Amino acid sequence: MSGRVLVGVKRVIDYAVKIRVKPDKTGVVTDGVKHSMNPFCEIAVEEAVRLREKKLMKEVIAVSCGPQQCQETIRTALAMGADRGIHVEVSGKDYENLGPLQVSKIMAALAKKEEASLVIVGKQAIDGDCNQTGQMTAALLDWPQGTFASEVSVDGDGLKVEREIDGGLESVRIKMPAVVTADLRLNEPRYATLPNIMKAKKKKIASVKPADLGVELTSRLEILAVEDPPQRQSGVKVESVQDLVTKLRDSGTL
Amino acid sequence: MSLNGLFRVSRAVKSGGKLLNKTCGVGSTDSQSPRFFRTHPRSLVYAKDLFLGNIAKKEVFPYPEISNEELDELNQLVAPVEKFFSEDVDSKKIDEEAKIPPETMSGLKELGLFGMQVPEEYGGLGLSNTMYARLVEIISLDAAITVTLAAHQAIGLKGILIAGNEEQKARYLPKLSSGEHVAAFCLTEPASGSDAASIQARGTPSKDGKHFLLNGSKIWISNGGIADVFTVFARTEVVDKDGNTKDNISAFIVERAFGGITSGKPEDKMGIRGSNTCEVHFENTPVPIENVIGEVGGGFKVAMNILNSGRFSMGSVSAGMIKKLIELTAEYAGTRKQFNKSLAEFGMIQEKFALMAQKAYVMESMAYLTAGMMDRPGVPDCSVEAAMVKIFSSEGAWVCVSEALQVLGGLGYIKDYPYERYLRDCRILPIFEGTNEILRVYVALTGMQYAGKILTGKIMDMKKGNLGVVLEMLGKRLRDTVNKKVDFGLMGKDGVVHPSLMENSKKLEENVYSFGTTVESLLYRFGKTIVDEQLVLKRVADIVINLYTMTAVLSRASRSISIGLRNHDHEVLIANTFCAEAYFQNNYLMAQLEKNSPENNDDSIKKIAMQVLEKRAYVCSHPLDRTF
Repeated sequence: MSGRVLVGVKRVIDYAVKIRVKPDKTGVVTDGVKHSMNPFCEIAVEEAVRLREKKLMKEVIAVSCGPQQCQETIRTALAMGADRGIHVEVSGKDYENLGPLQVSKIMAALAKKEEASLVIVGKQAIDGDCNQTGQMTAALLDWPQGTFASEVSVDGDGLKVEREIDGGLESVRIKMPAVVTADLRLNEPRYATLPNIMKAKKKKIASVKPADLGVELTSRLEILAVEDPPQRQSGVKVESVQDLVTKLRDSGTL
Repeated sequence: MSLNGLFRVSRAVKSGGKLLNKTCGVGSTDSQSPRFFRTHPRSLVYAKDLFLGNIAKKEVFPYPEISNEELDELNQLVAPVEKFFSEDVDSKKIDEEAKIPPETMSGLKELGLFGMQVPEEYGGLGLSNTMYARLVEIISLDAAITVTLAAHQAIGLKGILIAGNEEQKARYLPKLSSGEHVAAFCLTEPASGSDAASIQARGTPSKDGKHFLLNGSKIWISNGGIADVFTVFARTEVVDKDGNTKDNISAFIVERAFGGITSGKPEDKMGIRGSNTCEVHFENTPVPIENVIGEVGGGFKVAMNILNSGRFSMGSVSAGMIKKLIELTAEYAGTRKQFNKSLAEFGMIQEKFALMAQKAYVMESMAYLTAGMMDRPGVPDCSVEAAMVKIFSSEGAWVCVSEALQVLGGLGYIKDYPYERYLRDCRILPIFEGTNEILRVYVALTGMQYAGKILTGKIMDMKKGNLGVVLEMLGKRLRDTVNKKVDFGLMGKDGVVHPSLMENSKKLEENVYSFGTTVESLLYRFGKTIVDEQLVLKRVADIVINLYTMTAVLSRASRSISIGLRNHDHEVLIANTFCAEAYFQNNYLMAQLEKNSPENNDDSIKKIAMQVLEKRAYVCSHPLDRTF
């Protein structure tokens, strides 16, 4: 086992920002809007760093795919304790069409190139909400996967993963190399302290292009339109159950 | 730079070098090299020329910038601090319990906020003045924490940083920057506040000559109850080179562990209640002679340098607070309706927001202009500019918080809302770090002293019969009476101000020129006795502050337009509005300063005051009293 952990981090619009749809309906306004690391990615980085601190893993590599600004996100991961970063340069039209399929191809290629023992990503990104990248990456690599992880521990040459599923908690044991996706209760991410941010300046971020990894980025999806959800209509007060039944019948619901 | 200035700089650099070995110099814009500290004065930067009726264009135009790299780094540093303050700091609880919880303190220490300006080699972040100002903008969200951190690093350990030797730095700075040890600054005594030079605490040499025994009492010491390392100022007997014994002040690094140190109980304050303020008593505390900062007897200068170096940050602290308040208050004004209109539609409410926006803009502009000047290589002494930032920001903050509270009406008065806490916290700003009264005197006198020296020089030259100087002065007078136009080159060819600010740039030039003549006539009229004419000095200071604020605002707005910053039109609007107002204020003040000015009520004011103070009470008879 190489003891290398590959962590994917995504730069998304900050969770506290009020989203506005672009007038041409092709997407949301990102210009001048505050961006930060996807919260689930933070949890993933934290878990990876903890594994290294417990000496169960040797090196944590933070990866991000996107334009120049992604380097900020990688730097945050470095400030949280990652050892080095890889920036996969994707910009312009390619970036607009970048989805889970493309990212998972890149992650798979990098995992093979870096000989990673473990790939940890957030369960989903708060902009796309796709919840697909981790699963697709595992499938492309033909590796076992422990998704929606709320607890991860090393068990011999494998991992014991506690998963949060609809019915409750499920424990699975998977062999390594494996892919894990982080859920909310996996851990509480640390603050990147200012001294660590200063130290992170000295850590390396390598730049690669998707072509160097043999990945082609064409998308099978085309975004037709992005719209606001319909405005919530105000409700109507009724006086009696009879009125309620009448109204429901009239609207065709009953 | 004038020849005088050049000589002074080179002398200061040489002597500064002696004081500080290799760490003399000032912050550089290269983020790879460490940032240093400026030490010895005295090459005054911009304000001094105003007193001569000149605008030192090069010092303030263009508006200082930091490199892209530094800006990136800064934004990285800002993010976790903002997150910490919005999620993990409960300002209401800190205010109610008059205590900063230990978890919050550890959080601050872990974040690295205890050694922001300490060089990296001693475990700090090595931030420049500009970056420091940016971070305290966020920290200002909680005033008690701001004061605790400032007392620790802006004054508490600053002495070691700017005047300490290598050995002292290596011994104390690492633990201070990690926050393992907390620092405090002990100057003020019950009988010596503004009159700092009159302190009575004493350091007497021990019999073996290896220690000083410290005796005395200090009051109003921030962090006094929690500090482990104190920078203490006390009198020591010094024999100077002529063999005379003098009683000069020395600066000491005192560890609580030395013994003999007791702290009183924490003061119950109006605001910044989370910050620990108490009395500190020293009883025969043995202080090793290696712990003297700088030279024995050179403590007063150290104290002044420490205080001067931190003042500018009050600008960004106040600006940060007001920007936050604008957000909160505007939210309310936009939703609250009365008379079927939202509050935001009423003129008097709108006026308050315009005021807050202007003040915040000015404070930011002044603070970062001053910080930028201080970060330049060389040994620029921006103490006058920093004092002006402090005066304007402390008074501006008080007014803005009060107006914001007023917008909320009754709700603003309720403790459930933060406004009353902000108001209580702000009230200390005009008082500590040098009262605004003292700082006004400092600004006015320093400038007038400088102007006086130059002018005396010229007058001496004239008396000696130096024809050139005589002709120059006559020519100047003639030009004034014949040609009313003044031009310092802010506009036009080689202009540094953007055309959309042309009107106000001309007004600034006019003001500066008139100010120069006003200063001349004041010096002529009062001579040395001007030291006692406080009401005159107050006006002089107010005018200079206005001139500096106008300069800062014009410089910043010009840059914003030139590089096309977002919302630069709004900036131009604010800049123009502010300058127009300041221009009129200045004209009125200068009119009051003219000889036998009818707008000047100073004599009457003095009379009223004397009569009241004599009786130590209100003197008038009651309106209902009768005599028959």
